[in-house]
Amino acid sequence: MSETRAIVTAVTGRRGRRARSRTAGGRLTWRRALARDWRLYTFLILPVLFLLVFRYVPMIGNVIAFRRFRPGGSILGDEWVGFTYFQMFITNAQFWTVFWNTVLLGGLTLIICFPLPIVLALMLNELRSSRFKRIVQTISYLPHFMSIVIVAGLVLQLTSLTGTINQIVEAFGGAAVPFMQRPEWFRTVYVSSEVWQTVGWGTILYLAALTTIDDQLYEAARIDGANRWQQTWHITLPGIRPTMMVLLILNIGSFMAVGFEKVLLLQNPLIYSTADVISTYLYRVGIQSAQFSYATAIGLFEAVIGLVLVLGANSISRRLVGTSLW
Amino acid sequence: MVTEALPARPDIARVRSENGVIRESAGYRVFRVANAIVLLLVCIVTLYPFLNLVAKAFSSEGYIAAGKVNLIPMGFNVDTFAVVLGDGMFWRNYGNTLLFTVVGTFISMALTTTYAYALSRPHLKGKGFFVGIAVFTMFFGGGLIPNYILVASFLGWRNSIWAVVVPGALSVFNLLVMKSFFENFPAELEEAAAIDGLSTYGIFFRIVLPLSKAVLATMTLFYAVAQWNSWFSAFLYLDNKSLFPVTVYLRNLIAAATGTQDAGAAADAVQISANIQSVTMLLTVLPIICLYPFIQRYFVSGVMLGSVKG
Repeated sequence: MSETRAIVTAVTGRRGRRARSRTAGGRLTWRRALARDWRLYTFLILPVLFLLVFRYVPMIGNVIAFRRFRPGGSILGDEWVGFTYFQMFITNAQFWTVFWNTVLLGGLTLIICFPLPIVLALMLNELRSSRFKRIVQTISYLPHFMSIVIVAGLVLQLTSLTGTINQIVEAFGGAAVPFMQRPEWFRTVYVSSEVWQTVGWGTILYLAALTTIDDQLYEAARIDGANRWQQTWHITLPGIRPTMMVLLILNIGSFMAVGFEKVLLLQNPLIYSTADVISTYLYRVGIQSAQFSYATAIGLFEAVIGLVLVLGANSISRRLVGTSLW
Repeated sequence: MVTEALPARPDIARVRSENGVIRESAGYRVFRVANAIVLLLVCIVTLYPFLNLVAKAFSSEGYIAAGKVNLIPMGFNVDTFAVVLGDGMFWRNYGNTLLFTVVGTFISMALTTTYAYALSRPHLKGKGFFVGIAVFTMFFGGGLIPNYILVASFLGWRNSIWAVVVPGALSVFNLLVMKSFFENFPAELEEAAAIDGLSTYGIFFRIVLPLSKAVLATMTLFYAVAQWNSWFSAFLYLDNKSLFPVTVYLRNLIAAATGTQDAGAAADAVQISANIQSVTMLLTVLPIICLYPFIQRYFVSGVMLGSVKG
């Protein structure tokens, strides 16, 4: 997730350089551009072909949400059926269960996992000893490098009946809880593991933004009698606001997609009532039950919501605080 | 300094006392101690699952099942390592992971460097379009099923290494990081090379790439770790056990042990002990943990590289 986050700044960075190539007489024509730079264009052949086949063809493949698809038939489906498959899931109670599970799980993850890296970065920033700071950073980045399979394995071990968490529960006189068989515990377990995995790595961009704040601002604030909290509130936070906004917009855009792979690894039929989300539901009906068109319709619905959310958040942010992805 | 000329204020965090030693207000000192303690707790909580894993890997099953193993191995036992390491399939799948990582990283780097270099040339006509088609894929995609139909039915890559290494080969984030690196590449060097008669190919392979080793190393690590850790495309497209990467081997082991799996596959599941799981997990993360102290720096610099211009 943090990888997509970091992008932001990379995308916005593009703005500065706008050297547009013009010939003396006006705009360069394609014919002349190709004659001059044909070697450069050969560099584009494979990557663009890759994007077309593996990104844009599947995008076009979404039409099977509106067409009847038969395995072995055309990959774009056989006949138009309109919104039949959309009506199928909209009238399906199970779909709405997984829809609200997705919204709740994604919302909780956003509310909890978004602010914590900011807090951690501010705390690291207060450390005087750079050695201790480096140690904390090195340790807290570690989970980011683990495969999701390992993370899920660790979660299942820690929450098992004989795992550490139940040992603590029992030490305080409680009875062991089979966490991964109780629907009411899934969201807590999932969000905690998400915090464990992402909070450290999430600080990197904030720590980078913190170093760009001018020391003279703090100096001036101290002279004016601002205490540490006031300095944080009036100088530090506004200083990292552009970074915060960009990451918030990206997180909002991806919140319908909630860690599909992790949920898939952690869930089991006993806890579907809270642990089943849109992406895992469509995996089951699509891949395991081979209802391709129905699952594609659900996937398209989710992707469109994601796109609308990111565009909406971006335009609100541009109007309110002047920060935007592009 | 200006502050020295001013009268001390009680609410200033760092107050200069009469003898010139910097002192901190009591409140701030309490905060600093509390801050250090909380950060120490963060470290402990982050490390605990790994330490617990190591302890369980070296314990005997009886103690684990009794819920007695925390940080220290109980009933010290290394026989399980021999059992896991003696499983031919484990080695075979480990070899597959290595193969996928090498091939996948090579494909990714070939696509990313050439694309990024072309996009970084300010005089490239159609640059906005070629950047745009890449960036758009970050916000909208084909979804699971159309991708599955493309790879499994249309391309017929079921049980093929290409299904694992090709569809995710290009990361747009890495592309943008490299593009911004190449944009900052000193133009004089390339101009000098062009005057000396090097073509675009010559400039790219003989001047630009050799002088970009640091960023190439960072990107290679990004791709290699992602491929090493990936499991889902292998899980989706491969049916043959001898083709699995080690992550899928581990996933199936855990699923069989905990019954998180779908009913069908759980039927042939033998009860797999927490001890065997721990040993397998430990052996899977070991290469990453050993390399981690050396590669962490490159990762951080890679993320920073993408953000410096923002």
